[in-house]
Amino acid sequence: MQLYSRRILTNRIGIALSMVAMAFGLAALMWILWTLFYNGFNALSWDFFTQDTPAPGSEGGGLRNAIVGSLMIIGVTTLVSTPIGILAGIYLAEYGTTSKFAAITRFVTDIMLSAPSIVVGLFVYALMVATLGGFSGWAGSVALSLIAIPVVVRTTENMLLLVPPALREAAFAVGAPRWQVSLKVTLRAVKAGVVTGILLAIARVMGETAPLLFTALNNQFYSTDMTQPMGNLPVVIFQFAMSPYDNWVSLAWGGALLIALIVLAINIIARVMFRNKVSA
Amino acid sequence: MSEAATPVDLHAQQVRKFKLQDMFFHQVTMVFAFIVLAALVGILISLAIEAMPVFREFGPAFLWTNVWNVPEDQYGALSAIYGTVVTSIIALVIAVPVSFGIALFLTETCPAWLRRPLGTAIELLAGVPSIIYGIWGLFIFAPLFAEHVQPYLQELVGDTPIISGWFAGPPIGVGILTAGIVLSLMVIPFVASVMRDVFETVPPQLKESAYGVGCTTWEVVTNIVLPYTRVGVIGGIMLGLGRALGETMAVTFVIGNANRIVGSLFAPGTSIASTLANEFGEADPGLHISSLFALGLVLFVITFIVLAISQWLIKRGIAKQGI
Repeated sequence: MQLYSRRILTNRIGIALSMVAMAFGLAALMWILWTLFYNGFNALSWDFFTQDTPAPGSEGGGLRNAIVGSLMIIGVTTLVSTPIGILAGIYLAEYGTTSKFAAITRFVTDIMLSAPSIVVGLFVYALMVATLGGFSGWAGSVALSLIAIPVVVRTTENMLLLVPPALREAAFAVGAPRWQVSLKVTLRAVKAGVVTGILLAIARVMGETAPLLFTALNNQFYSTDMTQPMGNLPVVIFQFAMSPYDNWVSLAWGGALLIALIVLAINIIARVMFRNKVSA
Repeated sequence: MSEAATPVDLHAQQVRKFKLQDMFFHQVTMVFAFIVLAALVGILISLAIEAMPVFREFGPAFLWTNVWNVPEDQYGALSAIYGTVVTSIIALVIAVPVSFGIALFLTETCPAWLRRPLGTAIELLAGVPSIIYGIWGLFIFAPLFAEHVQPYLQELVGDTPIISGWFAGPPIGVGILTAGIVLSLMVIPFVASVMRDVFETVPPQLKESAYGVGCTTWEVVTNIVLPYTRVGVIGGIMLGLGRALGETMAVTFVIGNANRIVGSLFAPGTSIASTLANEFGEADPGLHISSLFALGLVLFVITFIVLAISQWLIKRGIAKQGI
């Protein structure tokens, strides 16, 4: 009987600790989001979106140049990484089951998914900034693309592997060549899943700071010239948060809130989209 | 006669055309897959080339020399490697038990209707950009930690030999320990998701048999689920380690950025990634920038090895499904 009650006690303690762990995880999420809203909400105003980043010591200001810069850099990143990622994903799904090369690529893609992003920044610095003569928005886009591509590749491949073989075989049976089967049948069948992957890739690069530090750098002024250093939200947040000026710190909180809201929104949209598609 | 041959020829022509197109399609998709591979090789090669001058100057001793003196152009990676490794270990010490608890709760005790929302919440935590953890750590967590936790910790350990040295020094909030704690929050969602996924691969028959002979939930988890998923669990922990080693922004904000090694965990330190983030932008050409590239190379090689092991283990862990 003593053994029995000891086992029950151990079990209760174990279960209680697991609940504490869960509560700890949720509390951390709540705490971070709450402070983000609390500190960031005051900074969000009309000026926040219409004025440029303030000079040291001056009052007010907004993040217009950084918001526009971020949107442009991420827009180019999306345009570059989507076709590359989808085609590479098709290769892995269609031809990847037998070839050694595909197995290595898949392995490397999985590693690149978690590789330190600051090293990608170093690489693009050596590749583009040092050789082409300076920091630029383009370099920032290339660095972010290297981070976004593996996300698109893996989701595309995983989605394509979910296509029932019967669908593929039916298309082959009516004499369709492989490329038509891929592009017009299987890829179309998993459209929603692939779009989800692209959305997740955008969410992933949205807050990436490290790869932009030495590629797009930053620009205090409004600029839409991708060949020049470009203001962008993450780097501005980094610099402003570390600064001694109150209005800069407040803008950093506002920028952080903006990024967090966008990232969470994209994540939720991607989830809802994917779930609807799967249940349909 | 010749008229009859025409449709057959047309057909053969069509087949040939399709074959050519297919070959073209195969090659094109392969080229794009190659880009991913080329990126990794390119990173390794370019970092190695840029780091060359440093290794020529200091030799492999660069890796274990504890000096970082920009004015005198003397560089060694030890303090940065120390900070990277110590913060990652602290992160894992906190993150592994918590993640295990979360995974256990989600797979065994959580009511079914809560499973999905809670799992989603943990996954959303993984999506929060690291700079947000950083800014939160700097402005909210570090001051609280300095005021309410650090003095208490010092009181608690008192004069215990060795351990008291870990918590020595002024409680200033930012430092190695704070960086480790913020990192652990970042890593928990990744480790917890992998653990939950591998826990779900345990065949229900195995668990039901154990429950059937009267095991408690805790006994099922420690005696059946954990041994069965050991490989995948270790893979998940390695994935978390890989993440923690390379994390930049969450660490840079709170580690204090001091290029030295102090035994105390309360002392400010530096990590490879935070040194890069702080110094690279204003680095002088020559040895300074080259040693930063060398740091990047060291970081990339370490994380590559850790992540490669983790992928291998996770795959083995998941592949066992169905046995």
